[in-house]
Amino acid sequence: MTGTVETRDPSRSQDQGRPQGRNRLRALLIEALVPIIAVVVALLIGLIFIAITGRDPAKAAEALWVANFGSRRAIGEALVSVTPLIFTGLSVAFAFRAGLFNIGGEGQYIVAQLAAAVAGYAITGLPGWLHVTVAILAGALAGGLWGAIPGLLKAYRGVHEVVNTIMMNYIALYLANYLIANYLKAPGALPVTPEILPTARLAQILPPSRLHTGLFLALGAAVLVYLLLWHTRWGYEIRAVGHNPRAAEYAGIDVPRNLALAMLISGALAGLAGTVQVLGVQRAFYDPVGGFVGYGFDGIAVALLGRNHPAGVVLAALLFGILDRAAPTMQAMAQVPKATIWVVQATVILLVAADQIIRSLFKRRREVAAR
Amino acid sequence: MGNILEMRGITKRFGPVVANDGIDLEVREGEIHALLGENGAGKTTLMNILYGLYQPDAGEIRYKGKPVTITDPNRAIELGIGMVHQHFMLIPPFTVAENIVLGHEPGSKTRLDRAGAVEKVRALSQEFGLKVDPTARVESISVGMQQRVEILKALYRGAELLILDEPTAVLTPQEVQELIGIMRRLVEQGRTIIFITHKLKEVLRIADRVTVIRQGRNVATLDISGRGAPGPVTPPTEAELAALMVGRAVSLKVEKGPAKPGEPVLEVEGLECLGSRGLPALKGVNLTLRAGEILGIAGVDGNGQTELIECLTGLRRPTAGRIRLRGQDITRLPVRKRFELGLAHIPEDRQKRGLVLDFTVAENAILGRHYRSPYCRLGVMAWQQVTAHAQRLIRDFDIRPPLPGTRAGSLSGGNQQKLIVAREIDKEPVVLIAAQPTRGVDVGAIEAIHRRLVAERDRGRAVLLVSLELDEILALSDRIAVMYEGRIVAEMPAEEATEETLGLLMAGGTRSGAEGGVAR
Amino acid sequence: MTIIIESTLRYAMPLIIAALGGMFSELSGVVNIALEGIMLLGSFTAVAVAYLTGNTYLGVLAAMVGGVALASIHAVVSIRYKANQVVSGTAINILASGVTTMLARGLWAEGGSPPIQRIPDLTWPFRITPFVPLAFLLVALCHWFVYYTPMGLRLRAVGEHPKAADTAGISVERMRYFGVLMSGVLAGLAGAGLSVGLLSGFEEGMTNGRGFIALAALIFGKWTPVGACLAALLFGAATASQTFMQALGIQIPAQFLLMAPYILTMLALAGVVGRSTPPASVGIPYEKGAS
Repeated sequence: MTGTVETRDPSRSQDQGRPQGRNRLRALLIEALVPIIAVVVALLIGLIFIAITGRDPAKAAEALWVANFGSRRAIGEALVSVTPLIFTGLSVAFAFRAGLFNIGGEGQYIVAQLAAAVAGYAITGLPGWLHVTVAILAGALAGGLWGAIPGLLKAYRGVHEVVNTIMMNYIALYLANYLIANYLKAPGALPVTPEILPTARLAQILPPSRLHTGLFLALGAAVLVYLLLWHTRWGYEIRAVGHNPRAAEYAGIDVPRNLALAMLISGALAGLAGTVQVLGVQRAFYDPVGGFVGYGFDGIAVALLGRNHPAGVVLAALLFGILDRAAPTMQAMAQVPKATIWVVQATVILLVAADQIIRSLFKRRREVAAR
Repeated sequence: MGNILEMRGITKRFGPVVANDGIDLEVREGEIHALLGENGAGKTTLMNILYGLYQPDAGEIRYKGKPVTITDPNRAIELGIGMVHQHFMLIPPFTVAENIVLGHEPGSKTRLDRAGAVEKVRALSQEFGLKVDPTARVESISVGMQQRVEILKALYRGAELLILDEPTAVLTPQEVQELIGIMRRLVEQGRTIIFITHKLKEVLRIADRVTVIRQGRNVATLDISGRGAPGPVTPPTEAELAALMVGRAVSLKVEKGPAKPGEPVLEVEGLECLGSRGLPALKGVNLTLRAGEILGIAGVDGNGQTELIECLTGLRRPTAGRIRLRGQDITRLPVRKRFELGLAHIPEDRQKRGLVLDFTVAENAILGRHYRSPYCRLGVMAWQQVTAHAQRLIRDFDIRPPLPGTRAGSLSGGNQQKLIVAREIDKEPVVLIAAQPTRGVDVGAIEAIHRRLVAERDRGRAVLLVSLELDEILALSDRIAVMYEGRIVAEMPAEEATEETLGLLMAGGTRSGAEGGVAR
Repeated sequence: MTIIIESTLRYAMPLIIAALGGMFSELSGVVNIALEGIMLLGSFTAVAVAYLTGNTYLGVLAAMVGGVALASIHAVVSIRYKANQVVSGTAINILASGVTTMLARGLWAEGGSPPIQRIPDLTWPFRITPFVPLAFLLVALCHWFVYYTPMGLRLRAVGEHPKAADTAGISVERMRYFGVLMSGVLAGLAGAGLSVGLLSGFEEGMTNGRGFIALAALIFGKWTPVGACLAALLFGAATASQTFMQALGIQIPAQFLLMAPYILTMLALAGVVGRSTPPASVGIPYEKGAS
């Protein structure tokens, strides 16, 4: 949009236009407080929901503790549910940095699981380290390709990626249904592929929990994403494209290529979430007959809460992983329905997305103080 | 004549920036009142307040003697205030008639009376002599007609006081003449006009009175035409107005010695390309630029200048023709290759093209060279080198605040532009393409940028200057080429060019006709 | 043949109504991927109110109210607080899953409702739910509204060029609220059409992506009422033809037919099947005075 508003007087804005010293610190503080307040408010809303449906909030809190920190196994299992969220959170955050919205995490997750499972059981005769590597790469590649399709359409046909990634989610779902029903099903009644070979498994690191080396892969991916975005020329280019594609084009940066590349990487990250689930936890691909598992959508919440920064993503994934993990225990111990977690999640997303709500609280307080 | 409008002590802040700082404005009924000021002086903000788009933080508005509060454009329209914005507020896929009646549609709530709308628009356009085609889609009509549609839109709503924001910016000299006719006719029919401008000549040519705004304050109100004045009037001179507008005496001249043109470094032959709407935008452009000279391209906006620059820099694909840089054919080369061969480019829109506003000054200072040593080695960014580079540019070009970590978006317009100029000149280019290098920046920055461009010429660089401001073209160029409808229609040494000649050529006149006109 | 037509209409009906809802929102300039969640809440509310009051018509009314309530969150967050509209829509979809599941568990202990009395079918000319003729009536009404009333002109103006509309004295905020809330009314109604028109009860997650297919229909139909309706019918026919093809022994796997709407929409957006271009300012929050 264009308009002509003379909001800025050049000679003045130099000295008055920027926050200085203390104000700047304050701005930073508010920046960090937004997600924290959002989480607190959302948890309170969750507790209120629990209370008005006649359940005991204290019991729910106890369940949350027991499920995540009650034992060595509990801690391991909590981290099991954190791991895929780090990947999908990174996936969404990475795309965001390139100015793209990848809500196709679900589809990328599914095709990656398929590919990793097939690589895990169909390839034989490889040594363990090689087999697991091949299976991981297969999953990442499948997710990456699934993400690259809307990326290419955006880059070279100018089609907005949001609608296409949604469409690709459903295409992946039905494709998986089809392949399982017709080609990949293991003998038996369950709609599931054969189990992957032991050589393709990710090693367990905290028995008796199912925690696997995928956690290290996720943390490593967070570090790599950080380095890539802020310390390499490719990251510089991707961020330039994300902030201002026309300026990037002017500077000789290949905008379409970067858009497609960003969606490829974003898709691969979402795909890795599915991959480590198959290789580390499920040991096979289960046909998603009941619809999406939700890690892709959760990734949006994780990225948003983590301010699209890898470190923030890891912290946010920790929070949502703990909540996810607590859900069944809360259901069993306090009869709190699992869906409460969804309400909490949705509230966090809304509050962080509409951060002006929280910011306006600060503004009003400051104005009152100034009087 | 009484005052139709009095604004007193109008103050408007945007965050820490004071756009209007206690402005007073009085407008007499039936006059053409100019509002003169530099970019960013606060003219448009003041008029947006009058039109109800903003609420003032302090101050009073009296309209026809009564105090009024203008909460929104609807209230302004009710009062009889209409505004024609600089960037037209028209909806491209809608028809002319739909655009004019939008918000005040004829017919009932449940029935949009399209035929009635067309009829009304026809009648109105005849009454005021504003020719438009009511059934044409806005996206398919000329800029001049779009402006007439905007004026009709205001008149349709019963405007008695019309605000025109920089109405001549997009018009050819002929269309300007026509617009002046329309303005005079409107005043004769009892309307009052406020027009916003930063062009001194227009004030003297059109206005009955002028109010000068500087840094959010009104500094003077002067009689120009003497119409409606109590006694005889001595209109101010251009220099006097300029001094009022800027706050000090301004030399409108740029000091420069004669050029010493060398080898041809940029040669363009028969260049053709399509515009954004798929229609031919360049229709065979031929140009030669020599080392050590400034070649100015004059022309009214939209005659192919943008497309020419985009073809030269690799942002748009030509459909025919050839571009050679120091003898090497670069017609098909990508942007980056052209930079590497010695092209630099100050883009016409600094915020859309020239900068990544969310990047820091340091990150912006390497835009386009970010992949090269010493800023990047083996793909890894060397941030220390980047910061050092930014500090050097900041020092050399006096960019304020002098902090490489500042977000570029928080710099003032002038400093943003200085950053771009610094970055491009620092590339030590063979050819520097400067498009609208001083658009929307304050006078201090204009002078600095003009001096740098001349200095670059003196160091043997070739400068291609594209500007919509004739004054700038005349002040800086050694040679001047005029673009009209996608062609270079004339080329001459700067000494032979006058504003009148160029004006006629820019409007599609012939050179002989232009010179004949001058001779008379 | 009648069976095919009937099942096409049955499948298309909720898509048509929800797509019309999406159209109001998107024409006003607000992306609405929350159609899925609003539909789900509509399905639930209709059943819950019918269950509690014994009156299914009241349930349909309540579904529209529920839809408006949920859409109003989207409206406030994306219009008043200028949040990213896709993010807001995603959150609302999650919220709707959570709230309906929680409330369903509270109401019926199990995830689903017991069978309830549904809106009786028409007997002529087909034996079909009255929601189907209602859907077509709505298409006609929306077409008239969008192209033949001043409000329709203003709605489109706001989605194309909000600043121009603003300066013409049209409140951008108000028109956008209207657009988003209308999408709540219609998507809520579509949900009711599913749960008490076609079926007779609620199940967790019963919309199962229909909101997204409706969005696809809207895009495939180039953001026009008639276009969206035809697209929904096409998608309906693709699904309905499953049984038909099987009966004829034509080997097209069901999953490919299910995929068809999504693939067609992607092709349409890419310009392979007639280019589909959204309203110029859709998805961009309107800032008064921003340049």
